This record gives sequence, C-alpha cells and structure tokens, in this order.
Amino acid sequence: MKIKTALMGAVASLALAPMAFADAHEGERGRHGQLNIIYWQAPSILNPYLSGGTKDLESASMIVEPLARYNETGALVPYLAEEIPTVANGGVSEDLTSITWKLKSGLLWSDGSAVTSADVVFTAAYCMDPEGGCAQLSKFDGVENVEAIDDLTVKVTFDSAKPNPYGPFAGAQSPIIQAAQFADCMGAKAPECTDANFGPIGTGPFVVTDFRTNDVIQMAANENYRVEGQPAFATVTFKGGGDATAAGRAVMETGEFDYAWNMQLAPDVLASMAEGGVGTPISAFGTLVERLEMNLTNPSSDLPEGERSTVMHPHPFLSEFDVRHALSMAIDRELLVEVGYGQAGRPTCNLVPGPEIYASTDNTGCLTQDIEGAKALLEGAGWVDSNGDGIREKDGVELRILYQTSTNAVRQDFQALIKEWWGEIGVETELRNLDASVFFGGDPGSPDTFQKFYADVEMYANNFDGTDPQAYLSMYRCGNEPKPSSQWQGENINRFCDPAYDALIDELGATADIGARGDLMRRMNDMLTKNTMTIVPLVDRGRVSAKANTLGGVVLNTWDSELWNVAEWYRTGN
Amino acid sequence: MTDTNMTAAPRSQWWDVWDQFKTHKGAVMGLGFLIFITLFCMLGPVVWDVDPGKLNIRNKNLRPIINALWDADAKVAWANPMGTDNLGRDIMANIMQGGRISLAVGWTAMVLALLIGTTIGVLAGYFRRFDGLLMRFTDLVLALPLLPLLLVMMLLFRDPLRAAFGPEQGIFILIVTGIGITSWMQTARIVRGDVMALKEREFVLAARSIGTPARRMITRHLLPNVLSPIMVSATLGLATAIITESALSFLGLGFPSDFPTWGKILFDSVDRMTSFPERVIWPGLAISLTVLSVNYIGDGLRDALDPRIRGL
Repeated sequence: MKIKTALMGAVASLALAPMAFADAHEGERGRHGQLNIIYWQAPSILNPYLSGGTKDLESASMIVEPLARYNETGALVPYLAEEIPTVANGGVSEDLTSITWKLKSGLLWSDGSAVTSADVVFTAAYCMDPEGGCAQLSKFDGVENVEAIDDLTVKVTFDSAKPNPYGPFAGAQSPIIQAAQFADCMGAKAPECTDANFGPIGTGPFVVTDFRTNDVIQMAANENYRVEGQPAFATVTFKGGGDATAAGRAVMETGEFDYAWNMQLAPDVLASMAEGGVGTPISAFGTLVERLEMNLTNPSSDLPEGERSTVMHPHPFLSEFDVRHALSMAIDRELLVEVGYGQAGRPTCNLVPGPEIYASTDNTGCLTQDIEGAKALLEGAGWVDSNGDGIREKDGVELRILYQTSTNAVRQDFQALIKEWWGEIGVETELRNLDASVFFGGDPGSPDTFQKFYADVEMYANNFDGTDPQAYLSMYRCGNEPKPSSQWQGENINRFCDPAYDALIDELGATADIGARGDLMRRMNDMLTKNTMTIVPLVDRGRVSAKANTLGGVVLNTWDSELWNVAEWYRTGN
Repeated sequence: MTDTNMTAAPRSQWWDVWDQFKTHKGAVMGLGFLIFITLFCMLGPVVWDVDPGKLNIRNKNLRPIINALWDADAKVAWANPMGTDNLGRDIMANIMQGGRISLAVGWTAMVLALLIGTTIGVLAGYFRRFDGLLMRFTDLVLALPLLPLLLVMMLLFRDPLRAAFGPEQGIFILIVTGIGITSWMQTARIVRGDVMALKEREFVLAARSIGTPARRMITRHLLPNVLSPIMVSATLGLATAIITESALSFLGLGFPSDFPTWGKILFDSVDRMTSFPERVIWPGLAISLTVLSVNYIGDGLRDALDPRIRGL
C-alpha cells in the first residue's frame, strides 16, 4: 500500500512537475499558503529608523520599502521609484548637488491610501528631526533639503557635491514610512508610538497581523501590493531566537522552517546538516576580505619607541616588491578556503571583491600557488641561503617574519599553513596571536593593536559599508597612516604612500559617472594588490543562509536585506 | 628485643618512608603514571621522530588506529597512531611536545610558588615581628588579579625577554614567573597557621630550652611537620599551573599558536568535539591523569612522612 502510494505520488509529481514549474512564478496572490522564516536573533522593533540591528532591518524590509533597492550584484533597482535617477537621465544635477526621484503612479499603502511625495518628505523629516535619535541618520548625511515638487516627485538637495547621492531612500536602511501613521511620532516621541513601531503600514508584500517583541511576527499578504499575483504566500511566520545551529537544523534537517538567516557555522558542520536533504545552504559574497597586510615600515624593537613602524624607517626587506610578491605566490588560497570557510568563502586577489561594477576581473594571478616561482623570484632578487640554515638572506638581512593576528581558530589554522608555505621558500615565520579585543581595541598605549603594527605581517578581515568603496579606497592616502602624532589612529595600516594613488583618490572624488568610477576603483584596487602586493588578499568571506528545497525564487543578497525579493518567493513542485 | 634491633642492618628514615609509601596503592600507581608520562614526553620524541608542526593536508582528520577495530571504514594510518588534526599534524607528536611544555611549566611554576609560599609562611609564623608585614603583603598579592597583571607583564617584558632568550624561552620564563608569583599565597597562609600552632608545642619548647637556633628549629622541627600541607598545596599548585597556562595560551598571552601545549591542543579541539572526540580525550586524559597522579603521590607522601601514621 505504501509503495503503491509512493509510486503514484512519484508519477503524479512527474506529470505535474512541468506544470508546477510554470505555475510557480505566477498565479493568484497567496496561492502557496504558509511561509516560515527563522532568524536566530529575534526582531524587537519593526521601525528601521529606531534600530540598527540587522534582524530588525530585515524583518521590516518585508513590510516597508525604499524607493530603490540594491540587487544581488550591488546595482540599484527601482522599487517605489519609476527609475534610478542619474546624471544621464537628468535625475541628478550636473553639479552633483541634488537628486530628483519620481514615484511610480498608483502606489497604495497597505491601508488603501495613496503613496505620495509627502510621505517621502515626511520620512526625511522624521529621521532628521534634531530631537530624535534616528539610527539611520548617516544615510541622510549632507542632506540640506527634501522637497516635494509635485505629488509624485521629490527633490533632495545636498550641501555639497555628492558623487554617490543614493544615501537617502535607497536600501533596507531607509525605507519610506507613512506620514499619516507617524505624524505624531516625531522627535523625542518616536519611541513612544508602540503601535506604529510594532506594526508599520507599508507598501511591501506583507502586513503585520501580530507582533510579539523578541519572539515572533505573524504576517499576511498585502492586498494592495503593487504587483499582481505577488506575494505567492498568504501568511508568514517570522520566528526569532535560538542559535545558528538550531536554525540550520530546523531548515536543513527537520524542515520545520523554510528559510534561516546567517549560518555562522564551521564548514564541516554545515555540510553534515545539508546531508539532512530537506534544505540547502546558499551563499553570497559581499565585501569582507581576509587579507595579509604587509608592513612597509620597520617594526624592529631595536628602534626607539615612537619610531618603530613609522615612515621614518622603511622595512628592511618587505619594502622590496619581489619579497612581497614571493610571499603571496607561496600561498594556496584554495586550500585556505577549504580549511577555514568552505562554502562561505572563495579565494580572491582583490581588495574590492564586489559589487560587480567595481570589482577588478583580471586580477586573478594570485589564485594559483607557485612555490617554485616564488623561490626563483627571491633567487633572482639576490635573496639566497648562503649559510645553509634554511633561511634566505641578502646583505646580512635574514628573511625572518613576525606574523600576527587575532585569536581565532580559523586564523590560527591559516597561520600554521602560511608559515609552512613560507618555510618552503626559505622564509622563517614567528607566529603571534593576540586577544581580539586588544588587537582591534585601538588603545594607543598598547603595543599589540593592529594599527601600531609592531610586526612584519598581520592578518585580519575588513569590509566597507554599503556598495560604494570610495571611502574604503581613500584610506590608503599618504599621511593617513597610524603614527604617534595621531595617537596611532589612522586607516592606512600598511603605511602605503604613492602620489599617483593620491591623485586617483582626488579624481574619484570628482567623478560621478558609474562607469568612470568603476575604472578608477579598479585601477586603485590593482595598485594596492597585484601591482605592489601591499595588501595580499586571501579569502573573500561571504554569507551563508539556508533555504528549504521546496522554496523557489530566493536570491541571497549581501547588499540589501536578505529578504529583499520575498515577494517573488514561491513554493516549487510538490 | 632491644638487642635484635641494635644488630639489624642500619635503616635510614627514608627507607621507612618508602615502605610506608609502598602500602598506598594509589600513590604507587600515581608515581608509576607520572614516571611513564614524563618518560613518554622526554624520550618519546627521540623514538617517535615526527615534527609536531609538520602539516600534511592530505592526511588530515585521520582517526586513531584503534578505531579500525570497530569501524572498518575509519580513516586511519599506522604512521599516525593517535590520528591527525584538521591540518594533518600528528597528534601523538603534538601530545609529546605539548607534554614537555605543560609539565615544565607546571613543575617550575609549582616549585617557584612553593619556595616563595613556604619561605613567607615560615617567616611570618615563626618570627612575630615579620608577621603583620608579611601577611599584609600576602593579602595585597591575593587582591591582585592574575590576568591583568600578566597583561602588564607581557607589555613590559615580552620584547626584552624575546630578544634575550628567543620567542619560546622568553615566554616560558614570563609565564612561569607570572604563575609562580601569583599562586604562592594559599601555601603561605596554610604554612603560617601550622607553624604558629607547632611553635607552642612542647617539643618545640624543649628544643628551644636546649638552645636550638632559629634556623635549626625551622629546618629540623617545623618544616618536617608542615610537610604534609605543603605537599597538598604542591599537588594543587601543579594542576593550577597547567590549567592557568592553557588559559593564557587561549587568550593569546601564552605561547605562539604553533607551539603546542596540552591546554592549547585541548582548546583547539573543542570545536570538533562531536566528530572527533579523541582529539579532546588525549590531551584531556593527559592533563587529568597527571594531576590525579600527583594528587595521589601527595596523599601517599603525606601519610608516609607523618611519623604518627607511619608503621600503622
């Protein structure tokens, strides 16, 4: 009986499969019933302007929407806006001081009232209220005035030229809220409007039916959603709490939930969960790059305090390009990824690995390990082992490296592997690991901070906020290095200094065209990485989430909310 | 009766102690294990000539050879009888190397702490005029938190010691000193208390009345009688020192990460405890059995050294 049922089911699903596939993308709203989402950090508020927490931003992104969102490649796509304003289409003024957004016509809030430019103007006023503590105020940085031109047009004026004017009203961090609902919640009264903060009226695919703080959100499809036939799910249960392991099990082993966020788990643990067969881990890559930083200045403890690791003394051997290049060539990045990150990492040679429009594509030379090449390179540069101790030297300087990083199991594995490879090319490495709170603490009194860099090489990960790496690349300007006169604060960790690079930074600050900006950024990225090997990128660290095998339409996005396209999700096949 | 005793072969007091010690089964087993683990760590690397830091990524995650007994599919190799870790390092070689460091740190720090603790305890207990000063000093050191103190020591002395003795020796000296000078206080207090009580006993009075000088009094009458509490604190001290060292390594204040100690091997293995329990079990066994055996030896020695129990 059982086998018969199973066989019949199989036949039926085979017959229905093509139909179901066709069905899945379109159909009436709410056709696929219930969707279960688990975030192992529970949302505590649904107003993104009052919380910086990812869990709050992402849960709210199902309900309230911005004018434009970033898609999975980091490019802007219009949501409530008709199109993305640019200089070319006249939406951004020639002098880069204003941007004009046009709303789609016929937009409705979930309560049935019309969305107008007044709501957009109100949103800006709400966040920029001097008495309120808006969590997303940085998005409105430099905004001088927001005015409604007509019912559907809004003009944002900045106090100076903004090459990247998409701060306000783009991305999950600055959605449009309804003026009518929040009118009495301005400034200091913002946190008191519990009903509005826990159940905002939005334009998104779902509306809140029940919100239990730090526990669970019940949602239903928004009947006034602008796209016919979306969302495919009638109701959503958004559960919060637990831990990454439990959430992963719930999706991939037991199938109680359809989607779990941020699986920060060891690669082998994740792989064993995926064997459950009910769900799969999915990954996407942002801008977090694990890298080696080469110290271009001399960190020797023989130098007096105040002169160690400053531009007064160049490094005895790392100031030589061939040495840095050889060190990079000796590393097998594929193996590092396999050991440390699995699906959540991929080898990279780029400092700016994304978004696609800014990432350098031809910088792939470091991806293959070349021990022999590295040896030949050192040999050619005059670094030979003349006294037979296994360490190369030149003019009495031996290639001995102090390699530091923070205390972390994966990083210590990386250290062991890299030490081994460097040993093969005749470089001796001493390892040091430091408590993360000290290493990243920035205390100018401690010799162990990553800014002070009292080591030859150090390893950590860094990324940039949002999609535009301008500020990130501008860190490597001459004089921006940590030094005693700046209390060891500064972002140019390598003490890199090249007037040609500085000229590119200035040029970037005056360029608005996306294509031209991309070219400049790629050149800057290549200057720091493959042309000088000042920064030796190792692994592009991504984000891993888990989805049920029956859930379709999921596109993991690291530039915006992970739930950015939840309206397009559907149930596949059976 | 008296005659036979007089003509019997002369026996030193230490033979009596040894005879008594032998009757304590746990102590003998403990001594046996301690000798075994010491030889294993000292002479092991001579026989088992594998570099503990050598990575062999193709042979990573090997299971111990005994797993093959019940699991024919287990990934094992005779070249790695205890298996390998996630980077393919041989676990047996690491346990040996780690044992050398852990035991050396444990013993040295313990001896240092005992020396300081006993000296201060005896001085404070015997000489009334030192008592207040020394005990207040003990209280002061007790109030010092170990970790911040070590942090400061690291900042001040790491680079000079590293330059003078190399990275490993320098850190060894630093850690041993750090642990030694922060763990003598309990010993000092216990010894002081016992010395104060002993000082009022009749045999001490008798010794004093025949003019025994203070240093004889201490070495001849007081120290042998406070040996048992000292032994007990010694065993506790060894355990604490091994554990403190692993805590320090974990915080990045200890040895470099490629320098194995039992505590560090244990800490590194916790993440994969469910899939590779043996990686936790080997160093865990080594630490706990060593500590246990030292405890038993201490117990046996205490009984053996106490003339009132001896011979019962």
